[in-house]
Amino acid sequence: MLNQFMQSRLRGLIVLAVILYTIPAFLSNPFHYDLATQMAIIAATVVGLNLLVGFAGQISLGHAGFFGLGAYFTGIMTGNYGWSAIPALVVGGILVGILAWVVGRPILRLKGHYLSMATLAVGFIIAIVINNESQITGGPDGMPVPPFDVFGWELSPFGSYSLFGIELNGSQAWYLFAAAVLLVAVWLAQNLIDSPIGRALRSVHGSEVAARVVGVNTARYKSLVFVISAIYASVMGGLYAHFQGFITPAVASFDFSIVLITMVVLGGMGSTMGVILGAVVLKLLPQVLTHFQEMEAVMFGLILMLTMIFMPKGLLPTLQMAVSKRLKKRAGGQA
Amino acid sequence: MLSEFLQYLFTGITIGATYALIALGFTLIYNASHVINFAQGEFLMIGGMTTVSLTAMGVPMLLAIILAVLLAGVFGILLQRFAIAPAKQADVVTLIIITIGASIFIRGLAQLVWGKEYHVMPNFSSDEPIRIFGAVLNSQSLWVLGIGAVLVVALVLFFTRTLIGKAILATSMNKEAARLVGIRTQLVLMLAFMVSALLGSIAGVVVAPITFTSYDIGIMLGLKGFVAAAIGGLGSGVGAVVGGLLLGVVEAMTAGYISSDYKDAVAFSMILVVLFFMPRGLFGAKVVERV
Repeated sequence: MLNQFMQSRLRGLIVLAVILYTIPAFLSNPFHYDLATQMAIIAATVVGLNLLVGFAGQISLGHAGFFGLGAYFTGIMTGNYGWSAIPALVVGGILVGILAWVVGRPILRLKGHYLSMATLAVGFIIAIVINNESQITGGPDGMPVPPFDVFGWELSPFGSYSLFGIELNGSQAWYLFAAAVLLVAVWLAQNLIDSPIGRALRSVHGSEVAARVVGVNTARYKSLVFVISAIYASVMGGLYAHFQGFITPAVASFDFSIVLITMVVLGGMGSTMGVILGAVVLKLLPQVLTHFQEMEAVMFGLILMLTMIFMPKGLLPTLQMAVSKRLKKRAGGQA
Repeated sequence: MLSEFLQYLFTGITIGATYALIALGFTLIYNASHVINFAQGEFLMIGGMTTVSLTAMGVPMLLAIILAVLLAGVFGILLQRFAIAPAKQADVVTLIIITIGASIFIRGLAQLVWGKEYHVMPNFSSDEPIRIFGAVLNSQSLWVLGIGAVLVVALVLFFTRTLIGKAILATSMNKEAARLVGIRTQLVLMLAFMVSALLGSIAGVVVAPITFTSYDIGIMLGLKGFVAAAIGGLGSGVGAVVGGLLLGVVEAMTAGYISSDYKDAVAFSMILVVLFFMPRGLFGAKVVERV
């Protein structure tokens, strides 16, 4: 029963919306809101990455490169060339999509870890360029980014707004916006999963050879989903840049790529709600672990290892399995 | 002109030999278990850092090196035994994340024990550099190349002449069949991780006097070794050695003649070019998939 409920995608979306919009009841200060906004934006990125990992069975070790490229493209265009945010996000997304297509198209014909190597390489090259071309990007010191704007209306974490008569500060307004973005990202991803493209992708993950035999152009679908996941990262990178107001090369770093892929695997590959949970957990964990001070890295590595060893399917799928097993047992006991 | 070129060549071959050893470690684990071990770089760090701190405590250098390499070997066994083996039915992606977790964990421990500073290690022999046609060759470079060559020969002998080596090869070719003929494959996997850790830590020790060493030195060196292994063709021993040397030389030439800012981009550009034009790497075997 619970499973059916969780699997129905419209209900899933509604549950997520209810959760996202009740969270503010538990948030008390702008710092909490800012953290929640970061989580929502990064969760949307991870939902995109999950399309590639969970449904095409490919790993990207350079997704932060696309995220960073989107962030810097938006930052440079709106900051130095007076573009508005929306066109900057769209054009940035298109350019990153083209880059992903050029890189992915030849490589996705191959089986195995080749895409992960290529994405690792692309991610590193993007990070190195951002670090070195300091006259455009500000180099390791980073660069400021103007606030998000639509038709002259600005959304800044430092502004104040009113929505249906409710007074909101900038952090609250940003959170509501980011939560809406996450919902749209999930809705798009679920539609893609349930479309013919999604079915083709699942067949690729199941057995690539079998998929090819029944006429699925596997390489084409794999590069398509790679491009889509890169566009997700680029657009979210752009939004992140506007939200933070300041970006450094860390947004494009290998470390961040690893964080993104870890969120997918930790939360549960292939489960959209799972990877959102992964993003939340991995974003919260360092906040909790700061209490351990110099033990922070040790604890983080240990928790990561243990979770993956004992829950190889990821957090949410493992929890779901445990819940449904218990429900079945109870039903069996009563019968 | 010539002296400049030779200088870059020496630098390149020295660092390339290190990459080759790391790449061999990657290859060994990849062949045995199809895991890309992102903790490979940490073995280097353990080797270098342990040697530095043991010599600082007054342990003679040779003994310090032996102890450091053994310690890394123990870490290799522990990694396989307690992190990889329990996750038997996990996806390869999950296993990769486990090795990433392990590398963060080991690096965290190292930071606790040794702090964040760079540590200097003296050359094995004299500090007097050797001059050849106006180029300067650090005496430590000879150690790197010599030990690298000895290790490669030892590995070849190990895999062709010893029963254990052949058992590792058999397991990497077909795990089920290997088990059927009585090879204890779990033990073999543990050995593969141990040998790989030994290789990595020796590389870390010999290169430490040139690059210095710190708790986080393993990240970049490990990744470069991974790239070298992929350039040579993931899974190929010859490929790992050639890929490592090639990467080292091209990197040194780029740093010397073009731009040292983009030195680190060389490895990653090379891997893209190789993947585009020679997708199996330079020496990778053509894989025929069974359905």
